[in-house]
Amino acid sequence: MKVRTNLLIGGTLFALVVAAGVLAPWLAHTDPIMDANLMNAELPPDHEFWFGTDGQGRDIYSRVLHGARISLTVGIVSQLINSVIGVCLGLSAGYWGGWWDDVVNGLTNLMLAVPSLVFALAIMAILSPGLTSLLIALGLTNWSYTCRLSRASTLSLKSLGYVQAAKMLGYGDVRIMATQILPNILGPIIVIGTLGMGGAVLAEASLSFLGLGIRPPSPSWGSMLSDARDQITTAPWISIFPGLAIFTTVLGLNLLGDGLRDILDPQSRARRA
Amino acid sequence: MTGDALLTVDRLRIDLAFGGTRYPAVKDVSFTIGAGETLGLVGESGCGKSITALALIGLLRRPLGIGGGRILFKGREIQNLPEAEMRKLRGNRISMIFQEPMTALNPLSPIGRQIAEMFVLHQGATWHEAERRAVDALASVRVPAPDRRVKDYPHQLSGGMRQRVMIAIALACDPDLLLADEPTTALDVTVQAEILELIRERSAAQGTAVLMISHDLGLIANMCARVGVMYAGRLVEQRAAEEVFRSPSHPYTSGLVASLPLLGARARDGQHRLKEIPGVVPAVTAFPAGCRFNPRCQARTEICVEVDPEETPLPHGGLVRCHHHG
Repeated sequence: MKVRTNLLIGGTLFALVVAAGVLAPWLAHTDPIMDANLMNAELPPDHEFWFGTDGQGRDIYSRVLHGARISLTVGIVSQLINSVIGVCLGLSAGYWGGWWDDVVNGLTNLMLAVPSLVFALAIMAILSPGLTSLLIALGLTNWSYTCRLSRASTLSLKSLGYVQAAKMLGYGDVRIMATQILPNILGPIIVIGTLGMGGAVLAEASLSFLGLGIRPPSPSWGSMLSDARDQITTAPWISIFPGLAIFTTVLGLNLLGDGLRDILDPQSRARRA
Repeated sequence: MTGDALLTVDRLRIDLAFGGTRYPAVKDVSFTIGAGETLGLVGESGCGKSITALALIGLLRRPLGIGGGRILFKGREIQNLPEAEMRKLRGNRISMIFQEPMTALNPLSPIGRQIAEMFVLHQGATWHEAERRAVDALASVRVPAPDRRVKDYPHQLSGGMRQRVMIAIALACDPDLLLADEPTTALDVTVQAEILELIRERSAAQGTAVLMISHDLGLIANMCARVGVMYAGRLVEQRAAEEVFRSPSHPYTSGLVASLPLLGARARDGQHRLKEIPGVVPAVTAFPAGCRFNPRCQARTEICVEVDPEETPLPHGGLVRCHHHG
């Protein structure tokens, strides 16, 4: 069997980031928030502080590890919310059609017309910054692709024999959607979800960078970058390492998504063969 | 046949809404099926057989809709039942098997689970119990090694096997009526015979009445005691199966019977060409006035163009809808 390079690399990178996040309390050398020591401020990387220290003398290595927890939480949870909303709306719209389909289509177009980051910015401006508001803001603004996709897949599945058969055998609408249609459209939805997760990690970093995401003492990659931008010429390691972490995570998720698409999407499978 | 009829269809009319007008795609179709009886419906493609079956389980979708008439199932009118009530009948009391065994099963679900779902859905069984009963159901349609086969996915089965699974699903809840819409059309001939035998055997064992829909006269003759012949949305003749073939009354039925290829006899008589009925079935929007068969009928007279014939009883039983029957 052909080695799926992107799946392998993407999976490895993502697994690394997940491991870093999960094992952060054990791998980190210091407490990411409390162990500030101005005596150690802005030290370059050495054997004690692997990634150097920031302006408050905190160990960047430890902060990057703990940052993975926040980024992954935001990425996974907000994308899950997006996927659930998108699938519920798209599947029901495709299945029932009629006025409900029009309503969902209108909503989807609205979401697509406004850039999701701008939408999330607006929501964050209303809610107070923090993890919960971030999850809400990112979870409510990026479901339109999932919705479009599940609606289109549902439309094409709806007329297939087994969906019709289920109807004739007395299945209710919800049961048909859950047992007959959903499992058969799940592949592409997982792909979009994985790619969306990368987008959410990036969006979290952007919002935190702008000061509307995670509040500063918490080690979010975005806010670390934001804090470090004044010292980028004098102490570049303060921004390089969180930047690399974002890069690794998003690259890993994108490659993983691509790789999953190659496996799960029968059309791209056929093209390759 | 009237008092204890399982299903009575009374002057059923199915309308096709098209461009603001309602065209009667099926008109004044009446028949009854007694408990455990097998009725065949034959006719060309587009004559209304399948939509009649769909109407029976309340699954006509726009632009089609019931335009009149009554459907009585076990003495109860079901043509206007609310969807929730209808759903309790579907698959449970009235079940259906279809033409396409290749696509009628969910590709991502093991077949045992698809059978089991019927018990869970209609009889409130637990999944554990339902999975166990699925093995028996699979055994009853003579799938070998059912205890291992229940874990198979549809793509691991042949067309004939899949149709057996469909039959197991359709008959899982011991329905009173089975609608079989061209159940063997997609299968090859040897498998066809096995599947038909299986339907006959299971329906006899469970006392299930069967409405067999097909364009294959031979199949219908083989399976059914009574036959209804449909043409352009009308039931033109309805009689005992042997009668239909021995002495067809309606010119359309005669044409159908004459167009059957016969090996041996006719070939010996020097008839090498198959008989055909000239012309095609008219579109629903362009049904002719009078008798709907008149443009293709060789016995046509003036009255056929002007007056729509009523159903007339035949001397030896049965009904025909023709001015010149006999």
